[in-house]
Amino acid sequence: MKEFSYERPESLDDALRLLAASGSEVEVLAGGTDLVIAMRDGQSQPKVVVDLKRITEFYPSLMWAGDTVTLSATATMAETVDDEGINKHFPALAEAAVVVGSVQIRNRATLLGNICNGSPAADTAPPLLAYDAIIVVAGPDGTRRVEIDEFIVGPGRTALQDGEIAVALELRLPSRPLGSAYERMTRRKGTDLASVTLCATVDDAGITRVAFGSVGPRAWLRTDESGVLADPDASDEAKAAVFEEIFADATPSVRSLRASPDYRRAMLRVLGARAVRRALRRLQELQGVS
Amino acid sequence: MSEVIHIEANINGRDRAFEVAANHTLLDVLRDQLGLTGTKECCVVGECGACTVVVDGMPMNSCLMLAVEIDGRDVISVEGLATDGRLSTLQQAFLDVSAPQCGFCIPGQLMSAHAFLQRNLDPSIEDVHEALGGNLCRCAGYLQITEAVMLAAKAGRE
Ligand code: FES
Ligand code: FES
Repeated sequence: MKEFSYERPESLDDALRLLAASGSEVEVLAGGTDLVIAMRDGQSQPKVVVDLKRITEFYPSLMWAGDTVTLSATATMAETVDDEGINKHFPALAEAAVVVGSVQIRNRATLLGNICNGSPAADTAPPLLAYDAIIVVAGPDGTRRVEIDEFIVGPGRTALQDGEIAVALELRLPSRPLGSAYERMTRRKGTDLASVTLCATVDDAGITRVAFGSVGPRAWLRTDESGVLADPDASDEAKAAVFEEIFADATPSVRSLRASPDYRRAMLRVLGARAVRRALRRLQELQGVS
Repeated sequence: MSEVIHIEANINGRDRAFEVAANHTLLDVLRDQLGLTGTKECCVVGECGACTVVVDGMPMNSCLMLAVEIDGRDVISVEGLATDGRLSTLQQAFLDVSAPQCGFCIPGQLMSAHAFLQRNLDPSIEDVHEALGGNLCRCAGYLQITEAVMLAAKAGRE
């Protein structure tokens, strides 16, 4: 690993000052499960590493207030998975976070880091898109709030500018009953990058949203307002036509060793149908209870 | 010159103060600086678990952490499991069912299992598989490894 200087600010202001002083030769460290690998193989050669884990504003890492849960830059996958409220209200996020890497990785890797890293295969991107997560970004000119759909740009790229830090991720309780589910396709269970990631949500008005990743430069969110996907009585042909449209932008890489483009496209439909089915069942359970 | 940072950490029950280079991983420092070579280096990308240590009660891949990140924390490596020259129940269980073959993955397996049993002494086989899912065994001794963890859990309940 190349040499760098290590900084461990205790306040967000100090962290921002350090970033401003180091220009583009700085890396921000939270869980480090991607960064340490990148630094070791020289893909990343920062002059300065700014560790976020002593910043007091980031604790507690996960907090509920009213109808919103805020996960700071230090909230790990394990903390996300262990939170009762997340499991209850955002089950697809818990399902996505719990399959990331291994126990060891989930104890370290952060939810926000998963998004900032910009991998098209990020497990948590589809559920966060489907749940309309907001990313809170702090910079020299103050704080801005970015919808996750705007925040995710392309492979390794986000809306973050030099000098900015993604400080938190916010999720608001759905305004109406919402069923949701996450599905992924991997070659083996555990410690594998996904060949397809997909989250479906269905609300009580019959609107279905499908977010999917690992089949193009970024994860996408698409909506079916026709009610066909949410209709248990709709024919398979009718659903296939809707899925066709939803997945029109999927452009799986031909260079990937994980799965061929044809296979990924075929699996998108399988996972889509599966996730919608499970989301519907959850919606029905919710309605049964209320 | 690499930046050198003074850190204090509890390693295997002993408070220690020492200097680490900013660009050294915890794995580097454990093995090359502290002489704790029980922790193994293998894939160095977080996939095999051979480098697993327990930090503040949680299993983590030491190949993915900077050593400086353990400042102020409690670290247990495989050398910290035995007390007064006696193997822990878990280590003994691994021996009793002959879980180690070449042995290379075993320190990591032990650390994942150790942290897991602190939280759950009544696991199902699936729980054990999940807890040890981040530890690969090239000799494929998974059956015996799982059996050993179940045995240690049972001993812990009694
Ligand atoms: S050496 Fe750290 S996970 Fe393989
Ligand atoms: S005993 Fe040989 S790798 Fe597990």
